This record gives sequence, structure tokens and C-alpha cells, in this order.
Amino acid sequence: MLLEVRDLHISYGDIQAVCGVGFHLEEGELVSIIGANGAGKTSILQSIMGIVSTKKGSVIFKGREISGLASHERARIGIRMVPERSRVFPRLTVYENLLAGAYGLRKKIDVEKRTEWLYSVFPVLKERSSQLGHTLSGGEQQQLAIARALISEPELLLVDEVSMGLMPKLVDEVFEVLRQLNKEQGLSILLVEQNVVASLAISTRGYVLETGTCAIQGDAAELADNPRVKEVYLGH
Amino acid sequence: MSAYVTTIATMITIQAIAVCGLNVIVGYAGQISLGHAAFFGIGAYAAALLATKAGLSFWMGLPLVICISGLIGLLLGLPSIRVREDFLAITTIGINFIVEALFRYVPFFGGALGIGGIPRIVLFGIRMKGEAFLLLSAGFLAICMMLSWWLTRSWASLACYAIREDESAASTLGISPVRFKLFAFVIGTAMAGLAGSLYAHYMQFISAGDFSFPVSVGFLSMLVLGGMGTLWGPLIGTIILGILPEAFRSLVDYRIFLYTLLLLLMIRFQPGGLLGEGSAARRVLAPLLRGGRR
Repeated sequence: MLLEVRDLHISYGDIQAVCGVGFHLEEGELVSIIGANGAGKTSILQSIMGIVSTKKGSVIFKGREISGLASHERARIGIRMVPERSRVFPRLTVYENLLAGAYGLRKKIDVEKRTEWLYSVFPVLKERSSQLGHTLSGGEQQQLAIARALISEPELLLVDEVSMGLMPKLVDEVFEVLRQLNKEQGLSILLVEQNVVASLAISTRGYVLETGTCAIQGDAAELADNPRVKEVYLGH
Repeated sequence: MSAYVTTIATMITIQAIAVCGLNVIVGYAGQISLGHAAFFGIGAYAAALLATKAGLSFWMGLPLVICISGLIGLLLGLPSIRVREDFLAITTIGINFIVEALFRYVPFFGGALGIGGIPRIVLFGIRMKGEAFLLLSAGFLAICMMLSWWLTRSWASLACYAIREDESAASTLGISPVRFKLFAFVIGTAMAGLAGSLYAHYMQFISAGDFSFPVSVGFLSMLVLGGMGTLWGPLIGTIILGILPEAFRSLVDYRIFLYTLLLLLMIRFQPGGLLGEGSAARRVLAPLLRGGRR
């Protein structure tokens, strides 16, 4: 098992955002966590990355309890995150954004080779390599955020609301890239999404969050057919 | 060159060294500091005490002064990294007031009388003053600018830039915000210490008022005017704000008011400074400015 989250509790002051959520992700899996706004999806991802602290519960990565590690230490052991709304570094060029993703890994990876591979996956980034981050379109920024996370050859990629603010065609493109990374590169991905159809279509399994608790879980195909999921998230 | 012009030019080069240091903290790492004069003062007092009480020459004392300034920068940087933005600005202002008060009220530091009798710098048997001192301080400025240029091309600066742009996103890439904020504090305060040492040996007398809060505001104004995070911005800003007070001596009582007004105007109309991103000067001088583009 690559990642296991047990009995996770997250609160912001008096507001309980996540109450006792538990799930796991096997190596090579693409797992989706879906749910409405405020369900606690992003909080879970941020707690795995160490950006928000947990009140209770544990996060185990490759058999090691990592709850006590700082965010940058979790990144160093192979967890990378594509944050909501991409959050590329606006005043750094595309190339510098990518280099920042490879920080501290010069001895472990061939940065130039890895950059060339990313340019082949996201050709638009090569065209824009000397442009500043803030001059890219929303879709390009999203691609840069994914590439920036991938340059370090992570073992687990956390992807937070990658479809947010993107036009449907771009959403399809980004999800196709994630699917290929999972199927062809064997990259383990934990995807947090509101776009239930797109995320379940590329996932192995899924968890449905409702007001901070895990309401339904199962294979992606089963979830897509689940009457409650259909009613609440697909409007059928 | 007249003695008057030499004095102004020497003060500009010394201040530019301090502003280069501030640029590492504010411009590269994005940590607002309104207490930089404290570290300028720590360097000056350390140099003055080492020279007058321990009998060390400028050259013998300089490595110690730089280490003391950097170390105190590290220690004072530790509480500062726990706060951000407005709170960081207030914390650094507090540091400036505390350091100034220590200089003013602790007898060891000369109290209100300050420290006098600081010897001139001697190099190859020559007592440095006038144009010789200007050349010496310009040499140190060149070293600081080369260090800044080297920093802009290092992985450490890339980490600092990433933290400046988005600390949380940077930490998800394996960059430790604490480590690089402290790195910037140490480099920046060490440069301020160097400037303070030169100032003490140039003026031969220092007192607490030389390192008060308005001096910090002046340093920040120079940096904002020239362009935060640029290589040449600290020098350009210091030259302009070093010359302007001389040209408008009649307005000396309104200096802080004018600095504040200038800061507000820069923030409103040219937030990146004269050489900052998107400025007219940057477009014209782009080929020359690649060193500190970010």
C-alpha cells in the first residue's frame, strides 16, 4: 500500500472540516475523492501534503507515519501536489518554475532530460519556456503546475481541483494527461475533484465525501452507477 | 573631485551596500524588513568596539563584524520567520527600536555620547580617506553586487524566489521556507554589517541616532525606488535618494514625509521600482539588466 489515511480529523477553529475519514491508495492506482464544495476534499489533500495540520488521525506513506513531517519534507520523500488554481510562481519563467520543482534533486534526477520529457508531454510549455508564469493562460498554468510537480519523478501525485476554471476542452486534455501518466508511467495519483464524470472516468476507485465524512466508496464504475451519486452529482 | 562630492559619493556607496543586503531579504526572499538600520548599526558598533576597545584593525575586525551581524541576523530572524507581511514589518520595526535603545542606554555602547575615536582604515600603509576611501567602499560595493549577481543564478536564490512568490506552493516542492528565509536574513544582515563597519571607520564617530527607524525607512525607500529583486535597483535607488536630499536641502525637515510619499507613489504607479518588472527603464535597458531580472 502506497498511502493510507486513518481516522483523519481536521478543524479550522471551531469548524470541523473533516471527521474521521479513512482511505487508501495502492501503488499505480488513480483514486478520486469527489464531493461538493465544503465537503473537505482540499483539506484532506492539504493534510496529506502537510500544509494544514490534523487534529487527529494518521497519514502513512510507504509504511511510514508522516504526520509529523513538514510539507517540504513530505515533498522530498516522493509526494508532490498540484494545488487548486495551479499557483505557479507568477514572476518566474516557465523554465524557472520547472527548475523550482526539481529543487534539491540535482543528484537524483537528470533535470535537463526530465525537462525535455515534460516539454514533450506539454509542448506549449516549451514554446513558452521563457515567458513569466503570470502571462500564461489558465490552461497553460495548470499544465505548468502539473509539470512542475512531475519534474521530481514523484511516487504519489496529489491533484487538487485541476478542472477548476478551465474550459471543457482543456479539462478533457488535462484529464487525458493524468490518465496517460497513470496508465503508461504507472504514476499513483490521488485526485480531488468536483467534476465527477471526468474524474471517475479515469479513476480506478473513488470515495464520495459529504460534509467531512466518507459517505460512499467503491470502484469508479460502481460509483458512476450509484443512484445517490447519480442523483446528487450527476443530476440524473 | 571636491571633498563635498567625495563625501556624498562615499555615503552613497556605503548605503548601497546596506541596500544590497536589504534587497536579498526583501527583493529575493520577499520578507519585508523595516528594521535594516539595526543591522547597519550592529555592524558599525561591532567595528567601533573591536577597533577602540579590542584594538583590532578594520581588516582584522571585518570578518568578526560580518559574522556578528550575520549571527544576530540569524537570531533575530528566527522570531521574524513566524510572522508574515504586516506583522513581519511591525516585528522588524520593533527590532530596530530595541537595538537603537540598547545603543543609546547601555553604557557599554557609549550611551547617548556614542563612540568616538574610531581609527581610519589603513591599507598598504595608507590611511584611507577622501577619494581613497571612496574607491575602497566602491570595491566592497562591487563585491556585494557580484555576490548578488551570483545569488540570482544559484539554486538558493531560486528557492528564495519561489518562497517570495508563494511560500505554501514552494514548500510542496521540497523547499524549506524556514531555511531560505534565514539564509536571506543572514546574507542581508551580513552585508548591512559590512556597510556599518565602513560607516564607522569613515565617520570615526557613531551614535545611536545614526541607526534609527527613519534610516530603515530610507533604505527601504531606496530599494523600492530602484527596484526590488533587481541587481542594479539598489544602486540606482541609493544614488537618487542620496543626491536628492543634497539638492533639496531646504526640505530636510520633511524627509520622512517625502520618503513616505515617494513610496506610496511608487507602489501606485511603478510597484516594481524604476528597474522593476514592466518599468519603462527596464524595457530600454533590458539587455544590460539580465543579471537580476527576477
